[in-house]
Amino acid sequence: MLALQGAFARHMSALEQISTSERPIDAREVRTPEQLADVDALVLPGGESTTISKLLVTSGLREPLGQRLAEGLPVFGTCAGMILLSDEILDPRSDQFSFEQIDLSVRRNGYGRQIASFEVDLPVDGLDEAFRAVFIRAPIAERVGDKVEVLASVDGTPVLMRQNNVLVASFHPELTPDARLHELFVTSAVAASG
Amino acid sequence: MGENQNREQVAGTTRVKRGLAEMLKGGVIMDVVDPEQAKIAEDSGAVAVMALERVPADIRRDGGIARMSDPVMIEGIQEVCSIPVMAKVRIGHFVEAQILQSMGVDYIDESEVLTPADETHHVDKFGFDIPFVCGATNLGEALRRIAEGACMIRSKGEAGTGNIVEAVRHLRSILGDIRKITQADEAELFEWAKQLQAPLPLVQEIAETGELQVPLFCAGGIATPADAALAMQLGAQSVFVGSGIFKSDDPAPRARAIVEATTNYMDPAILAKVSRNLGAPMTGIGMDDTVKFAERGW
Repeated sequence: MLALQGAFARHMSALEQISTSERPIDAREVRTPEQLADVDALVLPGGESTTISKLLVTSGLREPLGQRLAEGLPVFGTCAGMILLSDEILDPRSDQFSFEQIDLSVRRNGYGRQIASFEVDLPVDGLDEAFRAVFIRAPIAERVGDKVEVLASVDGTPVLMRQNNVLVASFHPELTPDARLHELFVTSAVAASG
Repeated sequence: MGENQNREQVAGTTRVKRGLAEMLKGGVIMDVVDPEQAKIAEDSGAVAVMALERVPADIRRDGGIARMSDPVMIEGIQEVCSIPVMAKVRIGHFVEAQILQSMGVDYIDESEVLTPADETHHVDKFGFDIPFVCGATNLGEALRRIAEGACMIRSKGEAGTGNIVEAVRHLRSILGDIRKITQADEAELFEWAKQLQAPLPLVQEIAETGELQVPLFCAGGIATPADAALAMQLGAQSVFVGSGIFKSDDPAPRARAIVEATTNYMDPAILAKVSRNLGAPMTGIGMDDTVKFAERGW
């Protein structure tokens, strides 16, 4: 769990919720390169992407994390985390970077300011019942590459996507008690690491 | 592929409003008075800015009536910022709040730093689609604000003093009482609600969960990276820095240092590193002859 800034405590609770004796999850906060070296999968939480990207540099995590991601570290990015994993950030600030792990072009705050934030019942591929999705100053994926599998959309805009070991959501699965998407991530991460 | 089901999208729910504060956790919200300061704040890693005409230290110095800022000034800051923009309204001044909501401000601070407009009532915050933050000095005040719809509570501290002592008092009071309530039995919770002058169901909820219903941030008197880390170690989840940055000698490095200190609040070696060579902090003032903004609010 990348714990530089944002909603990481809520993600930690969700992961603890789905930890079982058959498949225990040892959820840890990552703020340093040493802590990063010890994890088998990573969640990049929502927060302010400008703040998190600055802290990735000052903490010395940017390079080792880029390396781990290139080697196929399973990763789940929500909101700001999705921005940080995308191939392209539209209208980025000059000092903002991304790890280029999923073929998307993303616009920050694509829906507008907080007044435009909303929640909605979202049908998700592979889930029997809709997922209550909370969008907060959410990014919009304006371009989605061919290799990207779209798992859910709102009004034609993809909001939950996967490419290889990279899962991204423009909404906040950690803000609802429903941990099915965390389950989806952990199941595929376990499968990926054999 | 998920098809569009035309399901209803709902804005302004409690979850959507409280959710934004979750995104601001572990971050620094900085007071700014013009677009130039707003740029410095965003470049330094602030998670949000508070747009206001005068920082609290200047409000103290100037006296007079402090009101909501000019919309032109707030819009100027909205234009240069990609991070959330907050603005203040006077306690009970729901029309100032209506104006800020119409302008698309991301968060409203119903603030004791401005001169109160109502000496009995706060704004009914459930009537708005954007979230409110309110100050509190103790748990009862925090729960009364939550009962009115506040989505984030901040300690009041004593804004514009550069003195952390009041914020520490308020955080210890709020978090100390939460800890005590988790040890209380059912019968004692009635007495807690009575003493706190707070709704019983909210007190019972705290007894069950052990935490406040909304995020608790620290405000009022933070001037150094160590102050920010102190607030976080005491249990605050983010910090507001008002006069402390732009009333110091060299704002940008201080702003960056406070951002790093807020993330690494448990690591003294990093705190030592970021505290070096920041120039003089704001001078600050003692509490003896200070007008206490914190006494505003009911």
